Amino acid sequence: MRLIRTLFIAAAGALAAVGFASAAGEYRKPEPFTFSFDGPFGTFDRGAMQRGFYVYQQICAACHSLEHLAIRHLGQRGGPFHDPAYPNPNDNPVVRAIAAEYIVEDGPDEFGEMFERPGRPSDRFPSPYANEQQGRAANNGAYPPDLSIITRARHYGAPYLRSLMLGYGEEAPDYIDLRPGLYYNPYFPGGLIAMPPQFEDGLLEYADGTEATAEQMAYDLTVFLHWASDPHMEQRKQLGLMVMLYLLILCGLLYATYRQIWRKVEH
Amino acid sequence: MSGPSTYEPKTGFTKWLDARLPIVRLGWDSFVDFPTPRNLNYWYTFGGILSVCLVIQIITGIVLAMHYVPHIDHAFASVQRIDRDVNFGWLIRSIHAVGASMFFLAVYMHIFRGLYYGSYKAPRELLWILGVVIYLLMMAAAFLGYVLPWGQMSYWGAMVITNLLGAFPIIGGPITEWLWGGFSVGNATLNRFFSLHYLIPFLIAGVVALHIWALHVPGNNNPTGIEVKSNRDTLPFHPYYTSKDGFAIALFMVIFAFFVFYWPDALGHSDNFIPADPLVTPALIVPEWYLLPFYAILRAVPDKLGGVLLMFGSIGILFVLPWLDTSKVRSMRYRPLARWFFGFFVIACLGLGWAGAELPDTLVPGLGALGVDFLLLGRVLTVYYFAYFLVILPLLGFVEKPSERPASIEASVLGGSSKSAPAAAPAE
Repeated sequence: MRLIRTLFIAAAGALAAVGFASAAGEYRKPEPFTFSFDGPFGTFDRGAMQRGFYVYQQICAACHSLEHLAIRHLGQRGGPFHDPAYPNPNDNPVVRAIAAEYIVEDGPDEFGEMFERPGRPSDRFPSPYANEQQGRAANNGAYPPDLSIITRARHYGAPYLRSLMLGYGEEAPDYIDLRPGLYYNPYFPGGLIAMPPQFEDGLLEYADGTEATAEQMAYDLTVFLHWASDPHMEQRKQLGLMVMLYLLILCGLLYATYRQIWRKVEH
Repeated sequence: MSGPSTYEPKTGFTKWLDARLPIVRLGWDSFVDFPTPRNLNYWYTFGGILSVCLVIQIITGIVLAMHYVPHIDHAFASVQRIDRDVNFGWLIRSIHAVGASMFFLAVYMHIFRGLYYGSYKAPRELLWILGVVIYLLMMAAAFLGYVLPWGQMSYWGAMVITNLLGAFPIIGGPITEWLWGGFSVGNATLNRFFSLHYLIPFLIAGVVALHIWALHVPGNNNPTGIEVKSNRDTLPFHPYYTSKDGFAIALFMVIFAFFVFYWPDALGHSDNFIPADPLVTPALIVPEWYLLPFYAILRAVPDKLGGVLLMFGSIGILFVLPWLDTSKVRSMRYRPLARWFFGFFVIACLGLGWAGAELPDTLVPGLGALGVDFLLLGRVLTVYYFAYFLVILPLLGFVEKPSERPASIEASVLGGSSKSAPAAAPAE
């Protein structure tokens, strides 16, 4: 019996270790980095999220869509511009102002014509391209991926994204055939990426006075995109704590019940 | 085990009901008064845990189906909308996705327990076979469900698995097209997979009812493998096993909740957050962890048809297991050799899972110096998997000398040999 117990413990360990396979293709593991959203009590760094959104707007949005997000999401609970005074994010003036910066195609109107109007919080973020073909045509055949779920859609998640954004500038090894229009980035599977380096120190000016180093921008963007990928993370972890406490107390009570019922029974 | 019913209706209404539809009597006889061996350990709690898993999957699944759109252009976005905009949709979907893994975790514990204590032997062959049917249906439901989010792994997983049927000569091609509803995995495929994914859990529930029925005729096996001889060997199911199962279920829920709230993506694959793209093949197509051992068996054979047959055979063999094991002794507690082979069998299954997760030509860590890659590891373990059922268990019945067994369950509990007191009771 002891043997079998040991086996099952080993089994559980092996399962955890195997987990799932790492994707194939040569690439470097991302630089370890501790984010504020790591761990069971992790929360998003609100300032970083706001700056990260600014980075997305100013730099990424030229090529990358955010198609699963509506502008109102920015003002929902846990979002970068959440304001408890506006439980309905559509009323949040910051969110409304952001929405108004976009031009959105709407329609058809009563004459059957499509028309353009300023954005509203309920609109989705407009995509930079009308379709994938246009996106490919504008980018040498490479389609810039949608960023809505990017950290969950990549192995190693947020640290990968941060490392990728800062991973340019190294000399490509000899075995890599650096074709024109491609860049060497050791963190990208295969090492060749069509996206040129984006960040350099002082490229942007942050409204809150933070110095916009490349490092800072990569961090801010990663925090924002991780929120975009997992917008209910804070709520999930808070609820999780309550559920765990509840279940552990329940376990204790049920165990006591079990012992009480079985106390006179040899088994 | 189903002796005379001890149920006595007390009120006017229950008497009236009992004379017409004795459903309360059925419940009483099955889940209250039901005589259960007094020595069941925690490995026997997984039946109850599995019932809870099934109910959780059905309830969360019904809610998800209210919001999900089974169309290749909208499925991925609808899942995103569930995660982002549906009230507590992120929670429901996380419970459903993690729940599938938990369901399999529990079913593997349940199956290994049955293998160790010889629960498949007469008179419980049908009980075991119904269990294997449930397991098959679970695999079908899990595979179909994994396709629905229409991510990269959904699409390519569906592609790989449905293409397997194409390996059969002559009928393979037409069957695959019939299954696809076209000439490739497409919208018709997604629609029918959704329909079948909704159907199968109810089939499972039906077979579970048969499984419990088949359990309640001969009654539970137990860790000694000795049949119940007198009522001193048993306890009524309630309150003894309701309390024990209740505690085990709550403990299982702690693990379940840990994944749901703190590690929801751990058991999935990041590629499934990329929308399905028929033009881009993922670097490594892998099934969910619980199907990896079968994937390794499939890849162990150089010939496609051979691999497919071997993979189906690895489950098919379970149907005839009751007649392959020749030992008269049920429980491996009293089978000094068999327990070792069983231990290796568990390791082989885990090793196959590992081999299924890696590229076949990757070298096995630690064994790389010997030139052992995952293909070779998978092959060796596949041979052991089949040898366990086809060679070891049939021969062992003749070769092995079982150790001394107690006279009865009661004797095993009370009589001296402290070793057989509540054996696996890790929480005590």
